[in-house]
Formats: sequence, structure tokens, C-alpha cells
Amino acid sequence: MTAPREISLTVNGEAHTVRVEPRKTLADTIREDCGLTGTHLGCEHGVCGACTILLDGAPVRSCLMFAGQAEGAEIRTVEGLADGDRLHPLQRAFIDRHALQCGFCTPGFLMLALGVLEREPDIDEDGLREVLSSNLCRCTGYLNILDAVRDAAAAMKTGPE
Amino acid sequence: MTSRREAWIGERAERLEDPPLVRGAGRFVGDISFPRQLHMRVVRSDRAHAELLSVDVGDARAAPGVAAVWTAADVADIGPIAFRATRVKGLEPYRQHILARGKVRYVGEPVAAVFADSPYRSEDAAELVLASYRDLPPILSAEDEPGPFDAERSTEAHVLEKARGDIDAAFEGAHATVEIEVSVGRHSAVPMETRGAVAFHDAGRDVLELHGATKRPHFNRDQMAAALGRPPSSVQFYEGQIGGGFGVRGELYPEEYLVCAAALRLGRPVKWIEDRWEHLQATNHSREQRHRIRAAVDADGIVRGVDNIFLHDQGAYIRTHGVRVPDMTAGMMPGPYRMPAYRSRGHVRLTNKTPAATYRSPGRYEATFVRERLFDAVAAYLNVDPVEIRRRNLIAAERMPFAGGIDTIDHEVVYDSGDYAKLLDKALARAGWDRMQAEMSTRRANGEMAGAGLALFVEKSGPGPADGVRIRVDTTGAVELLTGGASLGQGFETVMAQICAGTLGVDYRRVRVVHGRTDVIDYGFGAHSSRATVMTGEAVRIASANLRAKAIEAAAELLQAPADALDVADGTVARTDRESGAAIELGEIARRLAPGSPLLAGRDPGLSAEGWHRTDLMAYPYGVHVAAVSVDRGTGAVEVERFLVAYDVGRAVNPMLVDGQLMGGCVQGIGGALYEEFRYDGTGAPLSVTFADYLMPTLAETPPIDLLLTEDAPSPYNGLGVKGAGEGGINAVGAAIASAIDAAIGIPGAIDRLPVTPERVRAILREAGKA
Repeated sequence: MTAPREISLTVNGEAHTVRVEPRKTLADTIREDCGLTGTHLGCEHGVCGACTILLDGAPVRSCLMFAGQAEGAEIRTVEGLADGDRLHPLQRAFIDRHALQCGFCTPGFLMLALGVLEREPDIDEDGLREVLSSNLCRCTGYLNILDAVRDAAAAMKTGPE
Repeated sequence: MTSRREAWIGERAERLEDPPLVRGAGRFVGDISFPRQLHMRVVRSDRAHAELLSVDVGDARAAPGVAAVWTAADVADIGPIAFRATRVKGLEPYRQHILARGKVRYVGEPVAAVFADSPYRSEDAAELVLASYRDLPPILSAEDEPGPFDAERSTEAHVLEKARGDIDAAFEGAHATVEIEVSVGRHSAVPMETRGAVAFHDAGRDVLELHGATKRPHFNRDQMAAALGRPPSSVQFYEGQIGGGFGVRGELYPEEYLVCAAALRLGRPVKWIEDRWEHLQATNHSREQRHRIRAAVDADGIVRGVDNIFLHDQGAYIRTHGVRVPDMTAGMMPGPYRMPAYRSRGHVRLTNKTPAATYRSPGRYEATFVRERLFDAVAAYLNVDPVEIRRRNLIAAERMPFAGGIDTIDHEVVYDSGDYAKLLDKALARAGWDRMQAEMSTRRANGEMAGAGLALFVEKSGPGPADGVRIRVDTTGAVELLTGGASLGQGFETVMAQICAGTLGVDYRRVRVVHGRTDVIDYGFGAHSSRATVMTGEAVRIASANLRAKAIEAAAELLQAPADALDVADGTVARTDRESGAAIELGEIARRLAPGSPLLAGRDPGLSAEGWHRTDLMAYPYGVHVAAVSVDRGTGAVEVERFLVAYDVGRAVNPMLVDGQLMGGCVQGIGGALYEEFRYDGTGAPLSVTFADYLMPTLAETPPIDLLLTEDAPSPYNGLGVKGAGEGGINAVGAAIASAIDAAIGIPGAIDRLPVTPERVRAILREAGKA
């Protein structure tokens, strides 16, 4: 039951072949076996959303999945957001709007926002509030995060200059 | 030129911390690993109060991957966790051992530690540890009669008394006495990152490293070294990125001792990352107090005296802070009011629940709730407007500095500066108070339950005794600033860089701030109590000014120019008395001051300087909170419709970051006022051990928050005039919301405890026949 098994994951477009126990969570595997520690663990029971990643474009809690369940899927994490030196509009907006303090919840919020804006670029204010209410932040009081995501939505529509 | 030199101080400058954090490149403690590391799992008591008869670790030791399993006997040489902050005598017997000895006193208390080669296997083995107990009756409330803590001692560990003026005379001569009983629920900081610690013994250098330190690295390092019988120079603490602190993070808990001892004794690095279930029952709780308080008032509403008796629910042990939370409750209770006579008696009682200590605005969130409820009660009793009753009792600006005649945390409380009435006026104008009241009364007339309330407070910031900073410029002109300060994610690096840049005359982005490291600077006082900008910031200013003087002195020789004609701007020293002329970059000066340089002429090499700030005085910022709420008559749910935080910070080094502190604190305060509570069942089992039971605000619960940041009363006790910004956002949230709910439901004094749950509101409405 706990014998490790080889699986292949595609993270940020890169193939990772890892040997993990079937019970190992996707979050732990991304962090420990793929070496991508930007995905954070805040509760490990699916409430706080710090571990949010995109799985085939949809935001999911990587603490609630086993790594084996993600075989064959396209995984995106915060490390894949910037294009080299150029920050993604969401990253830029989070800095400009002071939408982070300690930065622990930030990767989860960035991936949550990316997932929703890619699917619904014209999402209205209520919809955005609803979606962003699925993750917890203890530093900022949220309003700057909402402002940042709104700014980024506009910037993503106009595209890179 | 002066304005140019100081340009960075007061700027809404972008944070230096952000670029790695938005890329997921921060190094939080969970991200730090060493080859061959072991993972610790703590086995915790599932009993609130019991004799610990035995701990059978045989099966756990034999489990796959397990290197060791420890119980109290394995760490018998390490004493109980020392106090960091207390001068009160007699508390020592109430300290916690790092693994339970003979008795357990709360659910979550560590009884054994398992060390295995993976976190999964350490958890597997932990489940095989079998502790056997004989249950004892638990004490679950400070309102219960104290019982035995051990054979000699009562669970009432201390009675804390403070007084000023003649309290008996105040009540004897009073027009009336107004008395209330109110309480604040048990809740806490709950940062998004749980605690963690990674210990590594570098046998080659014989240095023990602890990664994951914060808040007070130097003090904690010294304590750890003493506990392990090592010289402090052979134990080094390292702070990486920290996922929020708010009081609970960075104190020494059992787990730090366990990983350090294990790294030494097992000869392998040891990593421990707390999970959320553990966090909610093992990391410090806070706030739980019940007060009976009465005011002696004149017919015109002047409060002559206040008598405060309270019960502080300390939980199972007294941790590093000693009795600081009830001490600050008592010392800060008078707030912005004259209150010439005051007496406080606080009973510090141990209960069989998680130990409690500081959480953002410790003692003040509680005191402000209690005091402002009392002033609302006085207003209701005398039928005077609540704003007016406060105005009549405010300390006038002309009386500053105001010595209150009481102390807190071993400092006499002396308000350094402030114009409380002015801020009250500004806050009322900004909130549109009169219009707001008119709208609320129209809504109530239409059958809605809506109301507004306000609360006033004085905060404290920056206890001394001192803070030192060292700055050096390298040959590229980059500035390195070494400080014993710490960062919990609040923007410390940016603020220190701005103060340095503004004082020295460089771009703040050229300043690298090194903090939380015991190996690079001898002394440090960390980050807590809103002290960083006030204490470390002033040391940075002084050190930067010293460095600037040194750079100018060297440049004067190199440029053959009079020193008073030189200034530093954008990292270059240049003449200010000529349009163009000789100039020299700081990096070039550093190169010319290298060892062996003829320019030195007997002086020590390098372009570097030190600066110290020493003071025993604290800075006292102050504020006004205004809340507008509506109450759902059917469900009892309270919605905060909008909130105003008005706050005088003396001077803001970076207003964007001050705003961020106020807003974040405000939302935490809403959590404590309406949602967050650590609840227990009748056996002492905790009921709030997941985020499904411990409810923190999300964006959905966050109202529009207006911030009014003022700089009317700079502190006279530091060169910049700054006061602390960390705790003004949270201080009066519970008080203002309680007042607003009273108004909404039309029952003065109805809200007598926090959090105000829908269940509680429903009960109040039913009782009043309003449901």
C-alpha cells in the first residue's frame, strides 16, 4: 500500500518523473519531489487555499489530491507565472496595490485569480468577490487583493504592450 | 538639498520584499531542508487534565524509518521554558516542560516526540505511541473556583494590582455608580503559516543552527544556548521569510527545544512543521477575560474613578510572556480619558486549556472593549450622547505629555503626545457621523435593525531599552544594513531601507537590510509590540547620519572641499555651493578607505558606521474606530456595512504600509468581534481544531474600510517623530462593533461579550421580545 511508485507529472510545461508513495499528496510532491516550494501549505484540509494550483486550467487545492491523481494533467504553479524577468500582470498588480504582506497566501491567491480570469475575463464584481472569498489571508484585509485582481483583469485584456 | 535627501521618508514606496514573494521564491521554514534530515512528529495529550501514568513507545521505535522516540525522561536535563518578559516573582512553578512530566494539563500538550526519516513515517509511528492516563477533573473557566495546580500551588497564579488616585473617595462623592460585566472570548493570531523549526548541527564548526526563528532571535538564542549548556556563540538563529506572526510566532515553545536537542543528540538535522490541527491547540491562544467594572460619575458625566476587577484565563501554563497580557489590560485601561482615580485587580487563573499569551494589541483589544462598553453604559445611564460623554472626559492636548501614574510592562505609562479631541472631530467628519446617525434612525423607523457606533483608544509602541544598527557601503555603492530587528512580513526591510536612504542620501533600492540573524550582529531586540519603526527605525536614522558624516569627512579630503559645502544625494557626495564641480560616489569612497589606503592615516578602514538608540519611553499612538452594522432579525447575523479607522501615527515612513497594517488589523478585529472563538466541550476537548470550526473572515465578510491616517502628534521621543502602526487597526474593532449592534437593535448595553455570534444575538432579541 505504501510502496513507492513512479509517476510522471507535467508542471509548468516541464515533465517530472518522481517516485512517491501512493498516499503522497500532490502538494507535498510538487514541493518536495519537483522542488517547487512556492506552493504553500496553510491548513492541509482544503480551506485556506494557500496550496491552490491550476490543474488543466482549473484552480484546485493541491493538498486535497494525491499526486497519482494528477498524472496526465497540465499543472501550473506560481513559479510558472512570470515570463523570465517579466512579471505576469497579476504579480505586478499585487505589488502595485500592496496586496501582500507576509506573502504566504500570495501564490494561492495568484493562481486562484489566474484560473478565474482565464476562464471568465469579464467576471463582474460580485463574481470576483465570491471567487476570492475561497482563500484566506491574515495580513492584508483582502481589499487590496480585490483591487489588484481587478487591475490585472484589465491589464490581461489589453495584453502585453 | 535637504528635501532631496529626506525624500524617501514618507514615500509610498514599493516594497523590496515583494518580487521574490510573488514568484513563490521566498524561503519560509517549510522550504528549508538539509540532507539526511529527520522529521519530528509530536504526540499530544488527548486529555485536558490527567495523571500521565506511562508512555509506551516500543511499537513506535520499531516502526519503519524511526530513528528515536522521546518522552520526558529523555529530556529530563532540559528545564521548563524560561520567561522572556516578566519581573513578577513566583510564577516559575507554572512554566511548561518541553514534554509532559507526570501530568498533562491541556489537550495538545506534548507527551512524546517521534523522529523518523519522512514526515509521513513520523506520523505513522506517532500513532503507535500509547500513553495511559488517569483522568482528573478539569477546570475549564477562570470563573470557576481555583483548584490545585500541583501539590503546593493553586491555579490562581497571581493577582495583579494597579491603582492611582483615591478610588474610595471617588465613589463616595459620586453622583452615580454605573457597573457592567463584560467578557472577551478566547481567540488568537492564527497566521497563515503554521510554526516550524529546522535544527542543524554543523559538527565541523560545532555550531547549532536553528532556522525558522523570528520575533526575538537574539534573546531566544541565548535561552536555547543556556538550556543546552552551550556558549551562545555556538548556537545561531536564522530568520527566513515568515508567514505572519501577530504575537504568537517566534516565541520559544517546546518544539524548538526538541528539534535543537535532537539535532545535537541524534547527529542529524531535524525538521518540524506544525500542522493546522496542532496549531489550533498548541500555539498560544489569547484574549479570554471577564471583567466587572464600575464607574463613579458626576451628574455632568465626568468619570471620577473606575474600579476594574477581572479574571484572566491563562490556560494550562504560563508561557514566555509571564503575565504581560493582563498587565497591559490593566495598564492601558484608562485609554484617552482623564479618569483621575483608577484601581484594577486582575486574577490570573490557570485552566485546562491551551496556554494563552499575546495576540496583536494584547490587553488593549480587551481593555478598549471593556472601557468603551463602560462609557456607552455611562452615556445611556445619564441619557447623554455617547460622543459627548467621551468628549467631556478626554485628556486635553495641553496636558501632554500626560503621566497617568500607573505602569505597564515595567514602564510608567506617560502619553508622549496627542490631540484626542482633534482626531475625534476629524473622524466624525470623515465618517459623516451626523448624516450616518440620521440614516440609521430612518432605517430603524422602517423596521430595519441598523446602527452605528464608535470607540476611542490609545495604543502603545516601542518599548526599549535600546536598538543598534550597523551600516556599511561596499565598493559598488551598495549599502548593507545589519540589524538585530526582525520581520514577520510587515514590510520591515522596506521601511528600514527608506529611513536609511532618506538619511544617507541613496536610493532605497540600493539598501540591503539583513535581519533576524544572530551570527552577524551582537545584539538584537527583534520585532514585536509595534517597536520596529520606533526603535530600530531610529537606530537606522542615527547610524545613517553617522555614516553620512563619515562619507562627507572622507570626501572633503578627497575633493579638497569644505565639509559643510558637501551633501550626499543619489549615492554621490557633491558640492552644494556650485552648479557643477567635483563629486565622488560612495562606492569610490569605500574603495579609497580600504585597508592600506593612505587616506586612512591611522583610522580604521571601511565606509561603515554604527548607531544606537536608547530610551525607556514608549510612544503612544491613538485612534478612533467607527462601525456601521445591520442585524438580520431572523438569523441574528451581524453584517458590518462599513468601517472607519482614524489613527494618528505621529509620522508615517511609508503610508502605504501603514494603511496595510491598519486594514489587515481591522479585518482581524472583525474576526474576533463576530466569528473567531476557541470553544471546548465539558471534558476540555477543543472543538475548534480546523478552519471549518475556527472561522476567520474572508473577503465576503470584509466591509469597505476607510482609513484616515493623521500625523498631528509626532512623538517627541525619536528623531523622526514616528509611532507604531501595527496595532491601531485592530484595537477598538470589538468595541465599535458592539456599540453599533446595541444601536442597531435598540438595546443599550445588550452586547456584553465577544464574539457576537448569531446565536447570541438571537437570544438577546428573543429575551427582549424583538425576535
